[in-house]
Amino acid sequence: MTEDTIFAVATGGGRAGVSIVRVSGPSAFDALRALAGPPPLERRAALRWLVDPHDGERIDQALVLGFAAPASFTGEDVAELHLHGSPWVRRRIAAALSEMNGLRQAEPGEFTRRALLNGRLDLAQVEGLGDLLAAETAAQSRQALGLIDGSLSRMAAEWRDAIVRALAHLTAIVDFADDDIPEDVLARIEPMLRPVLAEMKREISGSLIAERIRDGFEVALVGAPNVGKSTLLNTLAGRDAALVSTTAGTTRDVIEVRMDLGGLPVTVLDMAGLRPAQDDVEAAGIARARARADRADLRVFLQQAGEHRTLGVTVRDGDLVVGAKADLGGFADGLAVSGRTGEGVDAVLAVLRDELQRRAVGAGTASRERQRAAITQASASVSNALHGLYAAAPQLELAAADLQASLQALDFLVGKVDVEAILDVVFDNFCLGK
Amino acid sequence: MKHRRFDVVVVGGGHAGTEAALAAHRMGAQTALVTHRFSGLGEMSCNPAIGGIGKGHIVREIDALDGAMGWAADQAGIQFRLLNRSRGPATQGPRAQVDRALYRAAIQRMFLARADLAVIEDEVVDLSIQGDSLAGVLLARGGAINAAAVVLTTGTFLRGMIHIGAERTAAGRFGDPASTRLAERIGDLGLPLGRLKTGTPPRLDSRSIDWTVLQEQRGDEEPVLLSFLSDRPLARQVSCGVTHTNPATHGVIRANITRSAMYGDWIVGPGPRYCPSIEDKVVRFAEKTAHQVFLEPEGLTGHVTYPNGISTSLPPDIQAALVHSMQGLEKAIILRPGYAIEYDYVDPRALDRTLGARCLEGLFLAGQINGTTGYEEAAGQGLIAGLNAACRALDRDPLVLDRAQAYIGVMIDDLVTKGVTEPYRMFTSRAEFRLQLRADNADQRLTALGISLGCVGARRQSAFRGKIDGLKAARSLAAAISVTPPVAARLGAPVTSDGARRSLLELLAVPGVDPGQLFGAFPELSGVPPSVREQLLRDASYAPYLARQALEVARLRRDEAVRLPERLDYIGMPGLSAELQAKLDRVRPATLGQAGRIEGMTPAALTLILMRARQAGAAAPVK
Repeated sequence: MTEDTIFAVATGGGRAGVSIVRVSGPSAFDALRALAGPPPLERRAALRWLVDPHDGERIDQALVLGFAAPASFTGEDVAELHLHGSPWVRRRIAAALSEMNGLRQAEPGEFTRRALLNGRLDLAQVEGLGDLLAAETAAQSRQALGLIDGSLSRMAAEWRDAIVRALAHLTAIVDFADDDIPEDVLARIEPMLRPVLAEMKREISGSLIAERIRDGFEVALVGAPNVGKSTLLNTLAGRDAALVSTTAGTTRDVIEVRMDLGGLPVTVLDMAGLRPAQDDVEAAGIARARARADRADLRVFLQQAGEHRTLGVTVRDGDLVVGAKADLGGFADGLAVSGRTGEGVDAVLAVLRDELQRRAVGAGTASRERQRAAITQASASVSNALHGLYAAAPQLELAAADLQASLQALDFLVGKVDVEAILDVVFDNFCLGK
Repeated sequence: MKHRRFDVVVVGGGHAGTEAALAAHRMGAQTALVTHRFSGLGEMSCNPAIGGIGKGHIVREIDALDGAMGWAADQAGIQFRLLNRSRGPATQGPRAQVDRALYRAAIQRMFLARADLAVIEDEVVDLSIQGDSLAGVLLARGGAINAAAVVLTTGTFLRGMIHIGAERTAAGRFGDPASTRLAERIGDLGLPLGRLKTGTPPRLDSRSIDWTVLQEQRGDEEPVLLSFLSDRPLARQVSCGVTHTNPATHGVIRANITRSAMYGDWIVGPGPRYCPSIEDKVVRFAEKTAHQVFLEPEGLTGHVTYPNGISTSLPPDIQAALVHSMQGLEKAIILRPGYAIEYDYVDPRALDRTLGARCLEGLFLAGQINGTTGYEEAAGQGLIAGLNAACRALDRDPLVLDRAQAYIGVMIDDLVTKGVTEPYRMFTSRAEFRLQLRADNADQRLTALGISLGCVGARRQSAFRGKIDGLKAARSLAAAISVTPPVAARLGAPVTSDGARRSLLELLAVPGVDPGQLFGAFPELSGVPPSVREQLLRDASYAPYLARQALEVARLRRDEAVRLPERLDYIGMPGLSAELQAKLDRVRPATLGQAGRIEGMTPAALTLILMRARQAGAAAPVK
C-alpha cells in the first residue's frame, strides 16, 4: 500500500558505468539518511559515501538526490542513488535497503502505478510511458512522447470543455424554463458539438494508424513456392531469420522479422508458399498464410518473369508487385529483386517506406484499443445527443444523459467532471433568476 | 425553574421547523415546537410561490412522506403551472403561486388538528448540555425543556444584517443578549460558521400598478397540483403580470451602482448566482437591454405585489426610480423597499447525513442555517431532521435517503460532503439519476418507505395502495398483450419491421405514442383510467436509459455500503496529502461512496482510506 516505501534498481543489469537505485515512499529520506547521512538540499545532487548502517562498511561513493512529495515522479518522497554500476554494489545496496524498516523491493511497474494513483500521470500518460520504454523506432518514440506530454489528455480535455459547455446550455434550458433564456440557446449547442464529433471521428480512424506505429506495420511477402521469399526476407533482416532451402514448401509457419524502415516499425512476414497443398500440414500452413496476408497492411507479390498470379490473395491499393529472382534476368522495367544477390532490394524498401510514411501521416494520438474504445463510445454518445436535440420532438433530458455518458467515456482517459463545473459555465453565460 | 419533557424539541417556526415538528409528531414522538408567535407559523417571508423545477421535485418528495408543504400549497394556490410541460417528465416541475394568508392558515390548521403537538410561544436562549450530552433547551421566560433531540431551524438569525443602500440594520433581535447566547453556544460547540447573503425586491401596492398595459401570465388550463392527495385547486385562480426592465432602468442602476450595498463594499458574503440582484444582472450581462419582471400577487386579499426579478439593495429613492421606469409601474407605490441580508450559516460539513451535528449527539440542524435558500430546500431538510430526531428519541435506526432515491438525498449529500460556497438551491442537473427522480413518481419512490418508517398517515396509505394496485394491474395487462410491428404502427407506435411482437408496455416507450389510442384498441384495457395510463407512459418513456443507469446505481450503492468508522483519524494519515486530510477531517464521510465525492479525492487516497477503515475493523458492508 502507499505507506510502504519501495525501492528498485532503475537501470539494466550487468556491469555498467552507473546504476541508479530509486526509493519512493514516506521512509525514502530516512533510508537515504541511514546510508548517506543528511539528505542533500531539495533537488540538488550531492556526492556521498554510502555506508552499510549495520557494519559501517563503505559500499560505494555515489551521487544522491532527493525529491520531496508531491513534486516527484511518484508524488511521494523519492530518493535516487547513482551508484557505480557493479553488480556487487547493487546487491549490497539492495540488501541494506531491504533490511530497513518499512522498505521493500518494488513490484514491476509499481513506481508508475503510484504516479498514476497519486495523480502525477493520467492513464494515457502511463500508457505513453510504457510505449516509450518499448519504443524501437523514431515514430514510436515520437508517438509515445506525445502521450507522455499529455497530448491525448489535452485533446480529451478540450472535448470535455466543449461538451460541458453544451451541457451547460442544456441545463440552462431545462433547469431555468421560467427565466428569459434566449430562444436560440438550443441552436447554439450544435456548433459546439459538431467539431468535437468530427475530431473524435478523425481520431478514431487515425488511431488505427497510430496503433500500427505502436505495434508495427505488417508487410506480407506473397508468392508461389520457391520464388525466393525467404531468401529476400533474410536479406532484409540481415540475418537468417527464415529457414532457407530450395525444397518447395519449406516455410510452413509464418515467420516474422521486425525492422526499422525509415523510422517506422515494420514486421515483414514470410509464409508458406501458396500452392495446392501436398499434405494436411501444408494445407493448414497455406490457409494460415492466406489469412495473414489478407490482414497485413501491405502485400509484396513476388512473381517470377512471365508470371501474373496473386495466389488467392487480393491485391489492394498500395500493394507492390515485384519481380523475383532478378539475378536470373527477364525483367525489363519495374521493380525486381534478387534475394541472392541483393539486387533491387533497396529500391523495394524505398517504395515500401514511402507508402508506409504516406499512411503514417494520418496517425492519431490514440494508439490503443482501450483509447479507441473510449473515444468511440464518447463519439457515439455525442452523436446520439445531437440526434435527440434536433429531433422533431427534442428530448433534452435524454440528450443530457447522452452527453453525461460521453463525459464519462472521456473520464476513462482523464480526470473527473462534476455538476459544479457545469453550473459554473451556466452562471458565467446566462443571466438567471428573477 | 419549570421543566417540561418532550422527545423532540424543534426551535423555529419557518418551513424547516414546521415540517420537522410535524414529521417527528407523525412518527409518534412527543414533540414541541418553540416559536415567538403561533400566528407566524407557515409565513412565507420572500416570494409568494412554492415549487418549480427541482424545487417542485422536493415538494413532491416531502408530500410522498406525508409532509405538509405540498398539501398546504394546494390549499392556498391561486395559480398553478407545470414548468417544462412540453418537455420530458423528468424535467417537469409543478409550481404554485400561493396566497400567503391562506398558506399560513393551512399550516396552522395542521398544528391545531394535532392536539398533542405542542407549540410553545417563547424563545430558546440556549441549549442545555449535561456532561457531554444534549439535555434540551432553555427558554427566555425562564423555563426549560428536556428532550432527547433538538432540531435547530433558526434561519438567518445568526448575526443577520440588513442592508438598504449604505444603511444597515440588525435583522431580528441581533445584538439582543438572549439571541447572542444561542449564537455563542453554536460557536462554542465548534460548529464552523460562514457568511452568506441574499436579497429581496421591493413590495408594490397592487392598486398602483397599471395591469391593463401588462402582458398577462395565466395558470395552466389543466392545473397539476403539488400534493398526490389533491385533485383540484380550492382558491380562486388569478393571473400574474409580466413587465420588463429597459435601457432607462439600466441607466438608473448604472448611475447609482456605487450606492448599492452589494457594490458598495458593505457586504462580504457571497450571494447566489441564480437569484442575482438587478444590479448584478445589469453589471454582469451588460449586453442585455431588458430583463423579465414577473408581478406576482401575494394573495387574493390584501394589495401586495411581489415584483419577481428586481431584488435590490439600492437606496429607497433609487429603487423608486428604477421601478417607475418600467411599463405598468410608472405610478407604482413601494410598500416596503427591497434589501440585502447578510447572515452566518453553519458549514453543513459539520453534519452527518441524518442532519445531526457530529459534535453533539441529539442536535439536528435544518434549513437556511445550513447554507441553503428556498422554502422547499428548507422544508426537505426539516422533514429529514424531524424524522431522524424522532428516530433518535424513539431509539430507532436513522433514515438516510441516497442520491438514487430522492432529490432530498442529493441535497443533503451535497451539503454535508461538499459544503456550500453560495446559498444552495436545487437544480435537476444536480441529480445524476435525474431520469428516475421525477416529480411524478416521488410517491412510487418514497411512500412505501415512509409507511414502513411510520411517518405516513392512514389516508395517504390507502390512497397510495390504491394507486399502486391500479398501476400494477394495468402494467401486467399491458405486458400480457403483444402485437406485430404493422399493428403497432396502426396504433400510433411505429417500430422497426423486424417481425418481433412487442408488448403494449414496450410500445409505451416509443416516442410520441398516445397511451389512450394504444390502450383504447383493447377492451380489457378500456377500464384503465387516464391518470394510470399517463403514469405508465412516464415510467416507460425512460426505460432503456434507466436500464443502462442501473449499473451506475449499483456502483453507487456498493460504495455506499462500505461504512467508514466515525473515529477514523485522518489527520496525519500517511500517504494522504495535507489538503485531503483536512477535507476528510472536516467532512468525516460516513461511507466510501461519500468519501469519493469529496472534491480532489484520488483513487489512491480512497484505497488508503479503505485499508485504514478495514484495519479499524469497521468497514464491513452494512445492510
